[in-house]
Amino acid sequence: MLQDKDRIFTNLYGQHSPGLEAAKQRGAWNLTPDMLAQSPEWLCNQIKTSGLRGRGGAGFPTGLKWTFMPKEVRDRPHYLVVNADESEPGTCKDREIMRHDPHLLIEGCMVASRAMRAHACYIYIRGEYIAEREGLEAAIKEAYEAKLIGQNNINGWDFELYVHHGAGAYICGEETALLESLEGKKGQPRLKPPFPANAGLYGCPTTVNNVESIAVVPTILRRGAEWFAGFGAPNNTGTKLFCISGHVQRPCNVEEEMSVTFRELIETHCGGIKGGWDNLKAVIPGGSSVPMVPAEQIIDAKMDFDTLRDLKSGLGTAAVIVMDKSTDLIKAIARISYFYRHESCGQCTPCREGTGWMWRVLERMAAGEARYEEIDMLLEVSHQVEGHTICALGDAAAWPVQGLIRHFRHEIEARISEYRLPRTIVQARRARLANRPVTRSLEKSAVTSEG
Amino acid sequence: MALRRFDLDAGGESFAFCAETEPKIAFWLAKYPEDRQRSAVIPLLWLAQKDNQGWLSEPAMRTVAELLDMPYIRVYEVATFYTMFRLQPVGRHHIQICGTTPCMLRGANDLKDIATDKIGAKMHVSDNGQLSWEEVECLGACVNAPMVQINDYYYEDLSAASFADILAKLDQGEAVAPGSFAERINSAPFGVPTTLSEEALYNGARLIDSLPNLLTEEANPAADKKKDA
Ligand SMILES: Cc1cc2nc3c(=O)[nH]c(=O)nc-3n(C[C@H](O)[C@H](O)[C@H](O)COP(=O)(O)O)c2cc1C
Ligand code: SF4
Ligand code: FES
Repeated sequence: MLQDKDRIFTNLYGQHSPGLEAAKQRGAWNLTPDMLAQSPEWLCNQIKTSGLRGRGGAGFPTGLKWTFMPKEVRDRPHYLVVNADESEPGTCKDREIMRHDPHLLIEGCMVASRAMRAHACYIYIRGEYIAEREGLEAAIKEAYEAKLIGQNNINGWDFELYVHHGAGAYICGEETALLESLEGKKGQPRLKPPFPANAGLYGCPTTVNNVESIAVVPTILRRGAEWFAGFGAPNNTGTKLFCISGHVQRPCNVEEEMSVTFRELIETHCGGIKGGWDNLKAVIPGGSSVPMVPAEQIIDAKMDFDTLRDLKSGLGTAAVIVMDKSTDLIKAIARISYFYRHESCGQCTPCREGTGWMWRVLERMAAGEARYEEIDMLLEVSHQVEGHTICALGDAAAWPVQGLIRHFRHEIEARISEYRLPRTIVQARRARLANRPVTRSLEKSAVTSEG
Repeated sequence: MALRRFDLDAGGESFAFCAETEPKIAFWLAKYPEDRQRSAVIPLLWLAQKDNQGWLSEPAMRTVAELLDMPYIRVYEVATFYTMFRLQPVGRHHIQICGTTPCMLRGANDLKDIATDKIGAKMHVSDNGQLSWEEVECLGACVNAPMVQINDYYYEDLSAASFADILAKLDQGEAVAPGSFAERINSAPFGVPTTLSEEALYNGARLIDSLPNLLTEEANPAADKKKDA
């Protein structure tokens, strides 16, 4: 288990002030001028050595991504854009950074900007986070007033930082949709190439990074890249914020070591599974976009990128959605499908039509009102959507459905079978399951027709 | 995708920003390069919605278009794309119930039933004008599920009883403070947090006076150059 002394987000729960003085006591803005005096190459190399992989979902190595920016600033300015759109169902970690430790983020923005030769950065925060935006604006004002950022600041790198907000569209978390939105358009993803590092915000070289990826940077430099790399399994390093929701005793956000096992994570911080470990049914380990993993496969699995990928799922945003045996998995996934249907931006036909189609079929399946062959048809459609769209929302809509069919096809089949049984039998079964007395006539007809 | 249209009848003929909003508009415009002022369209539409009893009318949309010198159709596209722009009137307290799976697993459907029972159908404004509700997608507070947003702020860790109580109070014109409705500190586990108890994290004991891994000056000429400049 990670020790307190190795936690980066020491005000995760807001027990202390988010203000500048308290943040400085916790370590923010400590030796920032020394970091900014280093070359971009040194900064990128340190982050590469730390093994930091993007915390926004895809897990792309952060230091490497920074090196994609042009090595020289020419006629167009460079931009860092921080992705604070946080809308992946299950995920609520960036919010805690912004409202309780905003100075770590502001400092990170400045250092990362230096690494990419940018003098300006926008933080794009989801529109619903109004309290968080107000908190962040207040912290930025403090930083300007203390001359930590701005022109001719005491840290030695001219730097402007702006907060921008969205207005309720999950798709704006996709980096190119986010840039469109920031330019004042509807948030529809762009075709790539060109990649943002060549033509991003206002056509200028731009890098988009998640809030957590950026906020950990100054602490990594203060503690040393090897310190960060010392946590977790090889290629899956560092500490990580986990968001554990659903059927655990004590849902929470917590910073833990990467590659902690699922069991340890839940036992240590969440007080176990509701109804005990035997009551665990399945887990969505990385936000709604990743396929679920059944209980027996997840219990002792390491929570990291590579292990979960080998389980045909993913760490995603480390939003761990726990489902116990009372869960109607078909309904749970149908609700996720509804989410993707609602959030599709509509510009690719497979996504626009496919997400709605998958949702409608799943709703029928949840009621049992489907044909057995439709399970394969659903799987087929999900593969038609996956990989055939402009952005990864199409894949994100397909994967949860595939995960359900991969591991719980029998439940869908049973639901269809049950729907087809005479009503008396179904009522008797339900009554038996609920431990209610069964009327004699019901029991009798159930026995005869089942036998 | 959801199809959304302006309520033209309720929107009337005109709209004007409140005087207090003018500095806020200037604050937003100052954030973007001079030739990129349309970047401010979402923040300005949001301010317009605030000045229009919580919903965006068609004249309000046009006012923003004129202010930013944008074609109406471009602003219309934005207003209809983003679901936080409400294109029809809402109650004084507009309640957004998160219905996505993590909230559903912990009782969001019960909250929807209560809202239907106490207020009526989605987007129906109660007779006294106090309440309206809609179902929204994940609001990013899933470890505090189930939760709702009322106007600007989050109400978390709700139960059927606490939610019914909130509705009753708001309906009577009483204020209700946002936050968690369970025994916990923000998103920490219920009860006592399992982490972050060490005093040394908070009293400056962890501050350092030199960075590890710094290269020597000769080996890092780029750093020298920067210092000289
Ligand atoms: C549909 C969709 C939604 C996304 N939402 C978010 C989000 O809310 N926050 C985020 O940081 N990244 C999100 N991403 C990932 C971003 O596109 C991008 O990869 C990420 O911000 C890069 O940051 P990182 O390298 O620091 O992880 C989303 C991607 C897709 C396809
Ligand atoms: S995959 Fe879906 S969300 Fe992404 S660009 Fe295509 S239609 Fe839009
Ligand atoms: S699912 Fe309700 S806040 Fe995330």
